[in-house]
Amino acid sequence: MSKRKSSTNYVFRNRPIDRGDKYCRFKKSGIKYIDYKNPDFLLKFVNEQGKILPRRITGTSLKYQRKVAQAVKRARHIAVLPFVTDQLK
Amino acid sequence: MPTFNFLNNKMEKKQYESVIILTPVLSEKQMGDAIASFRQLITENDGEIIHEENWGLTKLAYPIQKKVTGFYHIFEFSAPNDLVAKLELAYRRDEQILRYFTLALNKHAAKYNERRRNGEFNKKKETEKEAV
Repeated sequence: MSKRKSSTNYVFRNRPIDRGDKYCRFKKSGIKYIDYKNPDFLLKFVNEQGKILPRRITGTSLKYQRKVAQAVKRARHIAVLPFVTDQLK
Repeated sequence: MPTFNFLNNKMEKKQYESVIILTPVLSEKQMGDAIASFRQLITENDGEIIHEENWGLTKLAYPIQKKVTGFYHIFEFSAPNDLVAKLELAYRRDEQILRYFTLALNKHAAKYNERRRNGEFNKKKETEKEAV
């Protein structure tokens, strides 16, 4: 994870400097379809309670955030992911 | 399949994926019979089974009908669009089925499933996992 240099990027000086740049992993690696049957992959997009993480944290673009949400909800329906839990990770 | 009847698109085939969860109380034979009956229903109604997957006895993420485990079975098939309603009706009538889910696959999903079937996907998923 590259750190944002405050000297070259003075406009963003107010941003916390130790935060890595966010990017959409689906756009980056060219994933077009998110499989709802793969809990290991979907676990990256939920918190310990099984709630879907907002895209301001995961960096996912809006187009793929919709698909992530859809896939997580499908996974919950077929009992691959829990609706509510306490210790998922 | 080309058709000249534009009003009735029953002949158009679409690709579907259907996940069913069967009760864990079944014996191997009972499970095989149940799956065979659905397979027969698909093929009898002009459906064509592309792929099948059985996960065996799998732990559920939460209890369904007080069961903590279930047999997962996945059908992938192409069929005319009136088959899904018939299939889901049969699912609902069957007491052995805890849960079912049917999805019409778009081109990306179909491509993904084909790659997954060929086994080239596991590697890719893992490298992606490492990169993040």
